[in-house]
Amino acid sequence: MVDSTLVLWGQTLAYTLYAIAMILVVGWIGWRLTKPGKGGGVKPALFFTFVALLAVLGLSLHLVTLKTIPWAEPDLHRASVEVDKVFEIRVADHEFVLPAERLVVRVGEKVRFDVTSDDLTYGFGVFRPDHSMVFQMQVVPGHRNDVIWQFTRPGLYTIRSTEYSGPKGIGMIIPDAIEVVEAD
Amino acid sequence: MSFTETLFNGNQGLFKPKTLTPMQKLTLRFVVVGLVYFGFALIEGMIMRIFEVEPIPLITTNQFFAMMTAHPLVGIFGSSYSIVFGAFLFLVPFLMKKPLWSTKLASWTFWLLTGGTFIFWAAGFVSHYAPLYTLYWPLPADFSQFSALGGAFFILGIALAMLGAMFFVINIFKTITYTPKGWDKQPSGALFASAIGWTGLKNFFKRKKTEHLVPLPVAAVARGSVDVALNSAIILFTGVLILVYMVAELFGASLKHSAIDALLYKNWFWWGLDLVADGLVLIFVAGTWYLLAMMISGKALFMQNIARAALLVELVVSWTVWTHHLLSDQAQPAILKVVSGEMVTAFELITQGLAFFITLATLWSARPLKMSNELKFLLGGLLGFALGVPAGIIQADVGLNRILHNTQWVVGPHVHVAVLVGLTMTLHAAIYILFPILTNGAKLYSQKLANIQFWAHLVGGIGMGAFMGMAGLKGMLRRTIYTEGEFSVYMILAALCGGLLLLAFLCFFVNIVMSVGIKGVLGIFGRSTLDRDTLVPAGE
Repeated sequence: MVDSTLVLWGQTLAYTLYAIAMILVVGWIGWRLTKPGKGGGVKPALFFTFVALLAVLGLSLHLVTLKTIPWAEPDLHRASVEVDKVFEIRVADHEFVLPAERLVVRVGEKVRFDVTSDDLTYGFGVFRPDHSMVFQMQVVPGHRNDVIWQFTRPGLYTIRSTEYSGPKGIGMIIPDAIEVVEAD
Repeated sequence: MSFTETLFNGNQGLFKPKTLTPMQKLTLRFVVVGLVYFGFALIEGMIMRIFEVEPIPLITTNQFFAMMTAHPLVGIFGSSYSIVFGAFLFLVPFLMKKPLWSTKLASWTFWLLTGGTFIFWAAGFVSHYAPLYTLYWPLPADFSQFSALGGAFFILGIALAMLGAMFFVINIFKTITYTPKGWDKQPSGALFASAIGWTGLKNFFKRKKTEHLVPLPVAAVARGSVDVALNSAIILFTGVLILVYMVAELFGASLKHSAIDALLYKNWFWWGLDLVADGLVLIFVAGTWYLLAMMISGKALFMQNIARAALLVELVVSWTVWTHHLLSDQAQPAILKVVSGEMVTAFELITQGLAFFITLATLWSARPLKMSNELKFLLGGLLGFALGVPAGIIQADVGLNRILHNTQWVVGPHVHVAVLVGLTMTLHAAIYILFPILTNGAKLYSQKLANIQFWAHLVGGIGMGAFMGMAGLKGMLRRTIYTEGEFSVYMILAALCGGLLLLAFLCFFVNIVMSVGIKGVLGIFGRSTLDRDTLVPAGE
């Protein structure tokens, strides 16, 4: 599976280019608005082309990501996905309760994180040593909260709550909780 | 005039509160209170920005989160709602060419919004009640972290503000449909159908089109008001539910949290709450853009019928997009994630993009235009939504949400750019264009201050959103505290941009106060002796 950092890089690049282009377009329009026009307004054809472009862009973004972001489609059908390992984790009173054995995963293994909350709504996020996020999900009490992930790089990963659960929740961090080792 | 004379009497002494009608005074009160609450939200925002760089010893963690809870609510209900409601309570009768149905009810809206906002802000400030505006169940009723009494006052404040919003909606629809004394009977059913979009919808299937009885900006106000009503009802209902738990706790009985399903609660609450962000804000903003474009250009709106239809589509879209807030909730059905969370949400790109295009095309048809304050702020508002809406569409994606949810990306390039640059600059454009109408010809004190305000607000707003977004892409979460300086470079840059926003606000505030004078500001809170049913004095 592609590392989530790569997906974020793609997004950063695409959005930055878009933002710069949009600032320039609005700036140019603002400048031209103060200059005399040649008469006649905007042609309806341009308007309908613009609307069609928006429709294509809006919908294709999701269709493309559904096929290209490797965790998107399996996530929607994860009940039928066979996994290599399952880690059951409980959250209660602003603390993660991990399994007694250390969470060790091999690169490329499919792991299901099954997290339940006894009280509040929390978040379950996995982070790299440089604090960047690998993935996250919400942990809602009274419901099953599970996510399947394949790690691409060996190393130690931190678990942190990604949802606000009151001021007590800011300390919900377990450094180096997951150890990812090279595949055989 | 000397500086002191101008400070007390306003620019050239032109502003005379005694010449104002009751409606002008009421609208100006809404605007003043809205600006004061904007200042509240801005100062709280700056304190939080500094705290995000490095926690300040003067502020406790609990105080920080209480601030974070109040900040968006003060900004939306105390500031944006005040300015928007004040402007629309003036503009709807102005455009319909008939008096407001009830100035008394409008006055109640003003006091309920103003008082309600102060109560929930003060309750949070004193008791540190901090479940955030999301109120995820059962956090608002977690009395091991929060005081039940403080929470009860907080919820009471919110409920009062929502009641004020309900009164606004009643007043708007009654104003559109009622028959003023001495007038011929008005076709209330047809007026309602036109305002709500039913006439436009039927026109699609008819060869002989029915004439629209309601001007387009009024139709936008009416359709946005539907979302205001639904949103207020959901928040009021949720507030009562939370109050039941609080009152029980205060009487020594602890009710079971599991009696309410946390996911079901999250669905109905987001359905209602999202009617603000993805409903009334977008609809009201589109309507305001159209009105501003027509007033600035003096031309009819480009593609008026499409614009009307899009407002109705936007209303329906706003009722069906809430799941984009639950893409990381694994128990949420996958079909809802894809259809509501992704596909329907993407329609907002179309409806908002369409409003963007129509507004610019209308302005384009009237070239050359003078780069007035209202025009430049309108362009700023358009740019804010052009940047903020796609940032939201990106995160409303099953794949990308897995690595963006609850990061600074959500609240930076999406929320703050859309609200601070898009919405706020649009509101400031409306204030600039209405200023001479509402003040009977008072003159702005300084164009230089207005120019500084524009650039500082634009650069500050976009810059702050951009640096927050960069931190979010690097994994920085929202709604938490980093104590090891993990993201301090981004947070310092975001705080500097926040400083520009504060500078912009100060320029605006000083400019307005110096234009009308301190006596003028106080004067708008006095009683008007003019006729209640007159919007602006004759000859204005």
